[in-house]
Amino acid sequence: MTAPIKQTAPASVERSRTISFNEASARTRIERLLDAGSFVEFIGPESREVSPHLKIFDLPEQFDDGIVVGRGRLDTSPVFIAAQEGRFMGGAFGEVHGAKLIGLLRAARELKSIPVLILFDTGGVRLQEANAGELAIAEIMRAVMEARTAGVKVIGLIGGRSGCYGGGGLIAGCCSALAVSEPGRIAVSGPEVIETNRGVEEFDSRDRALVWRTMGGKHRRLLGAADVFTDDTVHGFRDAALELLGLVGTFGLDLLKAEQVRLADRLRSFGACEDGVDIWTAEGIAHAETIPELPAEQFIAVADKIGRTSHDAR
Amino acid sequence: MEDLSFQHKVGARAGGLRQTAIIGVVASGNLEVLVERVLPDAECRIEVKTAAVGFGNVWTAVIADFVEHYSPGGLKFSINDGGARPDTVSLRLAQAVRLIEEDGQ
Repeated sequence: MTAPIKQTAPASVERSRTISFNEASARTRIERLLDAGSFVEFIGPESREVSPHLKIFDLPEQFDDGIVVGRGRLDTSPVFIAAQEGRFMGGAFGEVHGAKLIGLLRAARELKSIPVLILFDTGGVRLQEANAGELAIAEIMRAVMEARTAGVKVIGLIGGRSGCYGGGGLIAGCCSALAVSEPGRIAVSGPEVIETNRGVEEFDSRDRALVWRTMGGKHRRLLGAADVFTDDTVHGFRDAALELLGLVGTFGLDLLKAEQVRLADRLRSFGACEDGVDIWTAEGIAHAETIPELPAEQFIAVADKIGRTSHDAR
Repeated sequence: MEDLSFQHKVGARAGGLRQTAIIGVVASGNLEVLVERVLPDAECRIEVKTAAVGFGNVWTAVIADFVEHYSPGGLKFSINDGGARPDTVSLRLAQAVRLIEEDGQ
């Protein structure tokens, strides 16, 4: 008997294991997240569907308007995928940017069986086309809910440099499930916005540790806003997406009612907490103050102990 | 914004089979280069939209150097520039040629 030859992973898979999701471009994230060579882009850069508004402001355009959409395969199963480019205008939603995501979600709604992955990386609405951007956010939220009602799983992956803010945070809240990494941040109002409106006593936007304790990936996982926490690698997000696709249940009124109960419970339990650390302590985590320093693996072990809070809801 | 256009006669056709490729992001100090195999083998065209106005001479020099070095025959380059430095421009142009010379698609 000879031992079976150990199959070595192809070089591309090896590279995905180490590529930082946070540092990769939208195109690299898609290329490394999906099965090699399976991605087909819709309305690619060569069709030059650029923003009709930026020219008026004498600002540079990007050929894909900051979002890459298309179809591909994830572990051989078909998926639709959208990835925002957080470095182009902060990944903000403009008219064309939004329309591409709406179209993708509506295609998924029509086909019913193909899930959608949204790789958020956004500060929210693009201010230069604010009305069109706000409308896009509303239409995307509707498109997400219509797709889910038709039986489509919509998974959000959050680990980009621009986080997931403004309307992006609202859309993320509509998804079937979310995966987040430590550098990923999820909120509606960003730190500077809160400080501007409510004063520095309410929120000091320069206190980076406070920002991460309030909006960062670890906190969002412990609070149940994100379902899975992953290390900051493209491969980690691939595994997280596969895990979530296996977990997400049937969407319907019962699920929405369960989500409402979960959120009401959360507010009752943690509404008086002043800081993220207070919430983690109230959740029963010993030495909660060490959470921010924990490496991903140790953090996942701690988070798994307090359970998957949104497993049966959302 | 300033629009610039460059046309060069080239000795050889660029290698590979891909029809299009894209590299880079439009951000401060960065640029995107879309390259398409749409021209006759002996021609190369480069169209630039840049946020940094008044650097036509630098673009002329950087592009002449690039064309001489890489002989990108048959390729049309479309650039959206967020005010990148000349070395970044050279790097992205070289990356674009390398990408379109890869096999596949």
